Amino acid sequence: MLLSILAQSAYLPPRASTVAPEVDGLFNAILAIITFFCLVIFAAMIVFAIKYRHRVGHEGGASPGHSTALELTWTIIPTIIVLTVFYYGFKGFLNETVVPPNAYEVQVDAYMWGWAFTYPNGHVDPELHIPKDRPIRLVLSSRDVIHSLYLPAFRMQKSAVPGRYNRFWVQATRLGEFPIYCAQYCGQNHSEMLSKVVVHDPKEFPDWLERASDLAKQPGFTPIKAGGQIVAARGCLNCHHTDGTASTGPTFKDLFGKQEVLNDGEVTVDENYIRESILYPQKRIVKGFGPVMPSFLGSLKDNEIDWIIWYLKSISANYKGDMSAGLSGGAVATSQAAPATKPAQ
Amino acid sequence: MSAITPPAHGIGLPVEREPSPPRGDNYLTHSRGILSWLFSLDHKRIGIMYLVGVLTAFLIGGIFALLLRTELLTPGPTFNSNKAEAWTFYNHCFTLHGAVMVFLFVIPAIPAVLGNFVLPIMLGAKDVAFPRLNLGSFWCWIGGAIFFTYVLLGGILNASFGWHLPGGYGLDTGWTFYTPYSTGQGPHAHSTDGTIAALLGVFILGFSSILTGVNFIASIHMLRPKGMGWFRMPLMLWALYATSVIQILATPVLAITGLLLLAERVIGVGIFDPAIGGDPVLYQHFFWFYSHPAVYIMILPAMGVISEVISTHSRKHVFGYNFIAYSSIAIALLSFLVWGHHMFVSGQSPLANAIFSLLTFSVAVPSAIKVFNWVSTMYRGDIRFTTAMVCAMCFIVMFTFGGLTGLFLGALSNNIHVTGTYFIVAHFHYVMVGSVLFAFLAGLYHWWPKMFGRMTDLAWGNAGALTLLVGFNLTFMPQFIMGAKGMPRRYATYPVEFQGYHVVSTIGAYVMAIGLFTIAFNLLHALLKGEKAPANPWGANTLEWHCPSPPPHDNFPVEPVAGDPYDLKSWQWDEATKQWVLDEQRARTVAGTEPTVHHH
Repeated sequence: MLLSILAQSAYLPPRASTVAPEVDGLFNAILAIITFFCLVIFAAMIVFAIKYRHRVGHEGGASPGHSTALELTWTIIPTIIVLTVFYYGFKGFLNETVVPPNAYEVQVDAYMWGWAFTYPNGHVDPELHIPKDRPIRLVLSSRDVIHSLYLPAFRMQKSAVPGRYNRFWVQATRLGEFPIYCAQYCGQNHSEMLSKVVVHDPKEFPDWLERASDLAKQPGFTPIKAGGQIVAARGCLNCHHTDGTASTGPTFKDLFGKQEVLNDGEVTVDENYIRESILYPQKRIVKGFGPVMPSFLGSLKDNEIDWIIWYLKSISANYKGDMSAGLSGGAVATSQAAPATKPAQ
Repeated sequence: MSAITPPAHGIGLPVEREPSPPRGDNYLTHSRGILSWLFSLDHKRIGIMYLVGVLTAFLIGGIFALLLRTELLTPGPTFNSNKAEAWTFYNHCFTLHGAVMVFLFVIPAIPAVLGNFVLPIMLGAKDVAFPRLNLGSFWCWIGGAIFFTYVLLGGILNASFGWHLPGGYGLDTGWTFYTPYSTGQGPHAHSTDGTIAALLGVFILGFSSILTGVNFIASIHMLRPKGMGWFRMPLMLWALYATSVIQILATPVLAITGLLLLAERVIGVGIFDPAIGGDPVLYQHFFWFYSHPAVYIMILPAMGVISEVISTHSRKHVFGYNFIAYSSIAIALLSFLVWGHHMFVSGQSPLANAIFSLLTFSVAVPSAIKVFNWVSTMYRGDIRFTTAMVCAMCFIVMFTFGGLTGLFLGALSNNIHVTGTYFIVAHFHYVMVGSVLFAFLAGLYHWWPKMFGRMTDLAWGNAGALTLLVGFNLTFMPQFIMGAKGMPRRYATYPVEFQGYHVVSTIGAYVMAIGLFTIAFNLLHALLKGEKAPANPWGANTLEWHCPSPPPHDNFPVEPVAGDPYDLKSWQWDEATKQWVLDEQRARTVAGTEPTVHHH
């Protein structure tokens, strides 16, 4: 355990953004200042405590009750120090606040308990993929409560507040993957509201975006596989487990075709009920669960909902139908062109 | 000299004293029976009852601290194999720990316990200015505290055992109750009810705080004895005065916030809820407008205790009295202007961020002055390592470190990196727990002989304090590192790279518990088996040491005349009687007062 701490001896995360060196520079400067003052104060206290300790034959001496010169000195010096620290903190903050003009924009939508990053072409991804060396402007909002998008390697953080847009920008200086945390407490699964930043080579980023935008174009595509990727990527599995245990929402296992008891009435989980629950989750809620699921209206495409339905069928013992369309790579072409109002299946 | 001629005993009370009580009679033995305590108007008994109350709250908050640290030993669930239930339990635990510690322990500990006990005696008065109001404050506190704890514990019992207590909604919002999570957008149908119930508890507690503030301010204005001008007041009184100003001005804002939440819920006015046109960030402004000054409600009286203890046990006049006194008032005023530094990433305007950052740094200066003054007070002293003094030195370590790490947080660009992480947790625990707890213990050890007439055992007390110091640093130093590395706070589970720090931190929490139990046994042992305490075991010169230990029911049979509160040299140790003896002639010369009958 001790070794694992020593191995990670650095006390700051890796530096992956343009502002990180400046933030760390100030951090280290403050660390030096406070180390100096702690040493001076503790040393004075310990020396006085030993030298002037009560013992036989020792008597306290006289010293002035105050000294204007001394007191002004230790008022003015800290004042200068804190003003200097303020200045550099403020300067760093200005650099973090003023967005360069050619920034690439990504929309961030936070929800309990996941992140949805929307790229300019409309693709929604649970991870933040960005090209290296290009300013990225992030526009944040939340579907439910306040969250906070925290990128330690980028030394950046901003709250995602429902009903307003917050903005910040970053520019990656290193290729690789870096963690994303939610840093504003948001309920039961706050600590599992994780994701990552993936920094791409600028030349390869457009390829990634094109590939990611269309699951059907990915190698080995089947509707079932794509549905599985979507429920994992969009945070569905945070609340809907696949192992048969109920969590914040009912389990996905054996859900399709099951007879569910609602708060008022009953329903057989079929294609229509699944589609309705994804787009209008508050309409018919299974008994014992709260009205907490966010709507995916406008954020999941029709073909994606179809794939989710295929995925649910594939993990349900209650579905007795033919599975071949879900397993074939070509089955999707028709539904892809479907209008948004078309009822599923 | 005082501009106001102080009434002798308290406003509206007769000036004539009853005949001196029989020898040996003190406030503890003055009357008997539980009712004589519960309805006592005696500030000393009220102080002792607060002591029992806040220590009970401290025990409850402490148990939940140990539970949540134990949950964090591993990233996986500890107390429940079901992750969802384990996380819910953890979220209730940290909320209860924070809320109980803040509202029921750290805020009332020093003003309500030590303030109530020593303030009137330091003033040479019979009681506070409004003794009945003081009892009313106490009952507000008890009512609010029981209600508040019941609501929070109810949720834990529900989450752990499925027991549904009526009204025991529970709360898993953290002690900050941020909207809109706290107002029903969560996975728990009851979270709004829990928030409103808990804020009702805080509302009632707030009245206790406000009324105590009113009482202390009136007492300090009206009851100062002959010889005690403003700049002859013990620094503890300056600190309590500054604290009371904050209590009166800031607490109503929290009450208003609670009422606005209620209005939003009942009438449906959109204030904080974005779904009906409110702004959740507005809630944060309201909340921190109270809760930032509240940090100074915690730390200012702690500073007052430290000024008394360091001076007395170093046997030196406190250094830079005026600077310490003025810095208390400066801190109280500046504390109202810095709340926005809790919200640098919330989306408030960059200009507001810059202004709040600048103002935040201004608070650092008076705080630094105090530390320099305390250390200088020890210079050329005759330092006794009593447990009170050891705790006060631990306070200096905690406060210096906690205060200086605030520089990281005041600096905007650094704050944005570490806000919402364990760095914040570590920082405010150093200031609000390390510092305030050690100051509270220093005060308890300093005034324990006065309160109960018994001396504490030196070796066990010091061992407990040093164990606590080691445990505290073991708990919170790793939290600074993991915070700087990006570990967010309020996480029931965490990436495995942080486990090493969490394990050390949890072990530290257990060591703290050992230290605190040692201290608890040490204090209880003193009550039962402690050596009898003389009137002035430390040779201190503030007025409470001029009356017997424990003090009689009405403190002083004859109204005392105050001298220089830090004139320690006039008390000389008499080896023959093993007592501190006052050289009255010298004391009068130092104080520059006319010879009068001086009772001691």
